[in-house]
Amino acid sequence: MSLASALKTSDVTLLPGKRDEDWKWTDLRGLLRVLPPPSQPFMGEAPVGPFAALANLPIHVVNASDPVVVRSASAAPYVVALHFAALGGGSHSATAQIEVAEGANLILLESYEGDDADYVANLDLKITVGANGRLERIVLAADGANGVSVSTADVTLGIGAQLVQTVLTDGARRQRIETRVAHPGAGASVRLDGAYLLAGKRHADLTTVVEHQGLDGTTSQLTKGVVRDQSRGVFQGRILVAKGADRTDARMGHHALILSDKAEIDAKPELLIFADDVQCAHGNTIGAFDEDALFYAQQRGMPEDVARALLTEAFVGEVIDRIEHDGAREVAKTWAAKGLGL
Amino acid sequence: MLSISNLHVEIDGKPILKGLTLDIPAGEVHAIMGPNGAGKSTLSYVLTGRQGYEVTEGTATLDGEDLLSLEPSERSARGVFLSFQYPLEIPGVPALTFIRTAMNAQRKARGEAEITAPAFLKLAKATAASLKIDFEMLKRALNVGFSGGEKKRMEIFQMAMLSPRFLILDETDSGLDIDALKIVADGVNAMRGPDRAMLVITHYQRLLDYIKPDRVHVLAGGRIADSGGPELAHELEREGYDKYARAA
Repeated sequence: MSLASALKTSDVTLLPGKRDEDWKWTDLRGLLRVLPPPSQPFMGEAPVGPFAALANLPIHVVNASDPVVVRSASAAPYVVALHFAALGGGSHSATAQIEVAEGANLILLESYEGDDADYVANLDLKITVGANGRLERIVLAADGANGVSVSTADVTLGIGAQLVQTVLTDGARRQRIETRVAHPGAGASVRLDGAYLLAGKRHADLTTVVEHQGLDGTTSQLTKGVVRDQSRGVFQGRILVAKGADRTDARMGHHALILSDKAEIDAKPELLIFADDVQCAHGNTIGAFDEDALFYAQQRGMPEDVARALLTEAFVGEVIDRIEHDGAREVAKTWAAKGLGL
Repeated sequence: MLSISNLHVEIDGKPILKGLTLDIPAGEVHAIMGPNGAGKSTLSYVLTGRQGYEVTEGTATLDGEDLLSLEPSERSARGVFLSFQYPLEIPGVPALTFIRTAMNAQRKARGEAEITAPAFLKLAKATAASLKIDFEMLKRALNVGFSGGEKKRMEIFQMAMLSPRFLILDETDSGLDIDALKIVADGVNAMRGPDRAMLVITHYQRLLDYIKPDRVHVLAGGRIADSGGPELAHELEREGYDKYARAA
């Protein structure tokens, strides 16, 4: 059951849907009665995405085409911008393979873009980070309002490896960005952050699965969301600590603001712990705007719209401030300001 | 300066203020004392425009202009400042960013140009020094993780920065030890002047040893039950509010 297999066979019954526990809030089966025909090859100047200027190696792909393979063995940080665009409608499925060699350091600035057409886009990434390697992955998803897109990254970490990731999205007609991490413990560390800013009828689903398989692993997660109008945000975070994966330190936070009566958040933080000696915690808060803080800011002179914007930007800013790459953080700030209508 | 006449205010249909009349001329400091639940904080919130406080009768004007029809930010731009009894924590917004945003919003509302970054920093540094506030603290998120005393000091800092004309101090002494109280009182006293007026709301007389009022009013039963000179505060400290509670 996956969008990739449904696209491959043109069989809509293979689409994941609400009968699948992990897809119950992002129902593709119920949404897509038929799959659109394959996307046409794109003729014209391909968009390069928001990160191209920051990269040592910019790569851009329109409507899938050939598999992308990136191998990095550079110990000094090497920046790759990877841009996937869905243009002119239709359906397509892309794959990318990212290999960070032992001790290497890769900054992967990934971005998605879609136009106003109806499209269905799938992306599968296989990512490996070798022993003591480091990957900073930023994903900025800017899908179209009529697009359906799924991005799934399978990450395998070596001992002592580091993964730091931030996913930023403003959703799509239906969208899921999923990250699955095989965590060996052994001094490896994972930071998985995310922010979603949704308006209109957009839908975004940030799903993560981290499996701690050995001793001494750490995971830290912070996801924040703001939903307006009739939009819907989904957060599913699962951390599994296998038997014997002692001294695991795992922390998960998901905090969201609902700014309209018709917007919706569905959140499922899950800690599945089969080891004895672990430190795990999760916090999940979903609420309306803090009216007391709003009045406080107004009393100091800020008109209501200025006060709301300042406080909302600060709310999301906590995630953005954790982005380490300076250029990517600036792009993210601009993205947030635009998404919040500042 | 501030003129309140026959003010009636309800919260959720429950009358809290029942015909309050008060005049505070420019240059004067007036204290409002009263038992818990008398409506002291209600008065501060209704003057600053907080939602949920319904004015059913009466007026409040600042220099003749109706305050009650203005938005909270408009009142602020005209110089009304409330030092909160419980200052809010603002996660993610450095104190300096918050105050600069507020200051520029006020300036914009008054048709003035924004303050330049160097001028703002210079003002902030001088003001922080006078209130014995560590400048590094102003780079942290406003009030987040601050002690009660630090939060009150930040209120006075914001007041000094924004330079309001009409100041309301709501239980500013609560949570302050004696050293912090002196610093805060010095900060407030430094703002006294012929063009400013202050309304000091307090439950205890202690604060008034440091911020000396021109007039003292007793708020009980939703209206001003008694008024007098500074000696009234001492009398209340000795005798309590019992007689007003009975009268109400």
